[in-house]
Amino acid sequence: MSDLNLRELHNTEFPIPDELQSNLAITSLSKVYNWSRRSSMWPLLFGLACCAIEMIGTAASRFDFSRFGMEVMRGSPRQSDLMIVSGTVTKKMIVPIVRLYNQMPEPKYVLAMGACASGGGPFKEGYNVVSGVDKYLPVDVYVPGCPPTPQALIHGLIALQKKIDGQSLANMDDVPWYGVGPSEPTPIPILGPDVIDPRQMDIIRRQAELAALGKPYGVRELPAPQMKAVVAAKGAAPAAAAADGGEVDAAKAERLRKREEALARKHAAKGE
Amino acid sequence: MVIAAPQTVDVDVNAVIDKLKEKFPEAVKNDTRQGYKGVIVDKSKLVEVATSIRDEFGFDYLSSATGVDYLGIADEMEMVYHAYRTTGGPALVFKAQTPRDNPEIPSLIDVWPGVDFQEREVWDLYGIRFPGHPNLQRILLWEGFNGHPMRKDWKEAYFEEDHKPFESRWPAGHVHRIEEKNAYGHNVMYPADLDLSRLTDTSEESLYNSLGLGVDVQDLTGEGGIKTDRLVVNLGPHHPSTHGVFRMVVTLDGETIETLDPVMGYLHRNHEKIGERNSFLQNMPFTDRLDYISSMSNNLGYALAVEQLLALGARYQPPTYRAEVIRVLMAELTRIVNHLWSLGFLLNDLGAFFTPMLYANNEREKILDFFEATAGSRLMCNYMRFGGVFKDIPERIHSVVNMVNDKVRDYNTMDYLTEMINERLPRFMDEYERLLVNNEILKTRTVGVGVLPADRAIAYSTCGPLLRGSGVAYDIRRSDPYSIYPELDFDIPVGQNGDIYDRFMVRVYEIRESLRILKQILPRLERTKGEEVVSKFNYLGRVPIGESYGRVENPKGELGYYVVSAGDEKGPQNPWRYHIRAPSFINLTALGPMSKGYKVADVVTILGSIDIVLGETDR
Ligand code: SF4
Repeated sequence: MSDLNLRELHNTEFPIPDELQSNLAITSLSKVYNWSRRSSMWPLLFGLACCAIEMIGTAASRFDFSRFGMEVMRGSPRQSDLMIVSGTVTKKMIVPIVRLYNQMPEPKYVLAMGACASGGGPFKEGYNVVSGVDKYLPVDVYVPGCPPTPQALIHGLIALQKKIDGQSLANMDDVPWYGVGPSEPTPIPILGPDVIDPRQMDIIRRQAELAALGKPYGVRELPAPQMKAVVAAKGAAPAAAAADGGEVDAAKAERLRKREEALARKHAAKGE
Repeated sequence: MVIAAPQTVDVDVNAVIDKLKEKFPEAVKNDTRQGYKGVIVDKSKLVEVATSIRDEFGFDYLSSATGVDYLGIADEMEMVYHAYRTTGGPALVFKAQTPRDNPEIPSLIDVWPGVDFQEREVWDLYGIRFPGHPNLQRILLWEGFNGHPMRKDWKEAYFEEDHKPFESRWPAGHVHRIEEKNAYGHNVMYPADLDLSRLTDTSEESLYNSLGLGVDVQDLTGEGGIKTDRLVVNLGPHHPSTHGVFRMVVTLDGETIETLDPVMGYLHRNHEKIGERNSFLQNMPFTDRLDYISSMSNNLGYALAVEQLLALGARYQPPTYRAEVIRVLMAELTRIVNHLWSLGFLLNDLGAFFTPMLYANNEREKILDFFEATAGSRLMCNYMRFGGVFKDIPERIHSVVNMVNDKVRDYNTMDYLTEMINERLPRFMDEYERLLVNNEILKTRTVGVGVLPADRAIAYSTCGPLLRGSGVAYDIRRSDPYSIYPELDFDIPVGQNGDIYDRFMVRVYEIRESLRILKQILPRLERTKGEEVVSKFNYLGRVPIGESYGRVENPKGELGYYVVSAGDEKGPQNPWRYHIRAPSFINLTALGPMSKGYKVADVVTILGSIDIVLGETDR
């Protein structure tokens, strides 16, 4: 950021005389914090897979994300604020990734770049693939695409800046790192027969008990699809649905009635 | 730098097979299965036969070794080997079979050291043991993983059906997310006898043990005074100069490398297992993601493999001439893209931090603009089809002149290509060479470093610029030609000393040669304007039973696809076996021996000079 524009920081509640506009700003602490943080995000120099190539492309001269204060890619997690998870997260790799995340100082952010990091992507079925880094780390911004174009990544980074702009020092749910005391590190996954998330020990124990009893384990029965109910609601007259009672149903019926009215109006307009 | 003469390619493999059968009448039989090639060797005689194949018949280069599980077809597992002559010519395919319950096949590591990683991979994924292999450890997964996942009866957590699309995902028109069906909500699955009391991560420990690094205490007072302690250093998996999630466990004596062991699998995303459940065509976009810098030529290799299979059927139409021209255009542009990238990063590793890389990347972006206009995506082009390419190159294209602060302009595509190939890229290469080729720092750091002699390069099955840098003129475009390469005029640059500098120069010259090819492509493009580029039948048609091995000279080396079709006549069709012979993976076999005795800083450069990409190494 070459020119420091103090006007960006003004809090309009306190008027500042015109002649001092470029010398003086009265603002809140949060705003100063956020402004300085969002203007110098230092991403971790950390490429996982194909998406990393586009990340490097974004850093290179054509797209150049240093225009947004992000050019200082750091090799060490200790010096970085932002982890761009650029590529497929495998079970073998999630262990170092969680370690790296724990080593980053707070405040820290995670951006899931591409389909793989967001939800497993094309390789989701794979036995060694973690379907989305958000299974382990809190993700702030998801960038869709396979791979996302540099424009998309920059858009994601700008979205992250907007998110930071909206954070407040006063609200601790918003930014946990301004709370009292150190925050808990994310537990490191264990590579056993398959990857084990220590936070899931209870579920795993329960399933193991089922297995010991010779019952089916590891799967969950899903309720049958709700298709019929929806069709019935559509087919039934609004009045009949309302007669069923229940607030939800009433609201639904009301919506349906409004929609049908609108449709009728539309048809009428067309007919003319 | 020497420019090698064209090679002889007429090798009569059938005559070789006949002689081989004469010599080993008991052990060698023809593979008579429908659509299969080569011979089946009795496994008790395998090492003997292989030695004779190498020494007497001159097939000194083992390209690929992989396993196949024929569960339900023959109740056997099989190892398939493809051997070539480095003087050129087609493959000698030989196989060894073993029963599924106690699979065991003698290791060929003494005959071809290049099978080292490939046999470890087969042990990891298929559970075939290789007596005679000195370090038969898992390579892609971690020690302690449950089972051998590529076996046909091993099902993963998100497994549902044998073919895609999985119908169970949308019962009655509704989408079921697979996470909801899994009790853990993750892509995990535990064996029924999971021992909850002993949940410690032993993967690192067993890794160090397998490398012989388990004992830390060193003899500090040897002969000749105080010895320094041996130090174990991990480079990676998170390290800026490992080019991805690659890891090297290095033992150092002071600054000098004593041993170096590559550890991989951090990007093992189960390409092959997923590929065997996809239909043949569905695999095409997955091949993009192997060597994600050169997606176009990955497509080409796979298309060639499946076309070989299709050609076994009755109604196959080979690609039209225009389709072949476009394929070569794309493959050579990809080579330039890849070499620009790898040269840039090699210099990066040498300490010229990012400047050469940024310059090279500018030119790369111009080519990517062309890819984007043609295929719709900058990187993952998904462009080739069986029997041609997906669509013709566009009439007009949007791009820029300067990469910084320029407005988007509209070009005629042929003008754009002509300008790029005849002026822009040669001009850039002149500049790049003037700045770098005789640069003193570059030479000091690379000449005589990381030497790989020619015989070792062949023995380790290395390929691409690494092999040619060592003075072996082996380039598949000439040695086992495909597409329209025989009618094009180009040379194969080879190095003399096999050091980093030679590999660097091979790449520089290869860009020049690619430009030479592209200059011959341009008039052919003009001439064939308006011709068909794909025949519809080929990608709707059925793939006949058989096996095929399609290989191309990828920028990083020989990329081969071994595809087996079990040929379901009516139902959905998917490859029974889909194996990728990845150049980066096999080239890494040479990394350890090449780095021994050099300094830590050199290792980074040696690795950079191999030019690996992890999507392909780990698959
Ligand atoms: S989202 Fe696509 S491009 Fe990105 S890592 Fe995954 S497969 Fe590669």
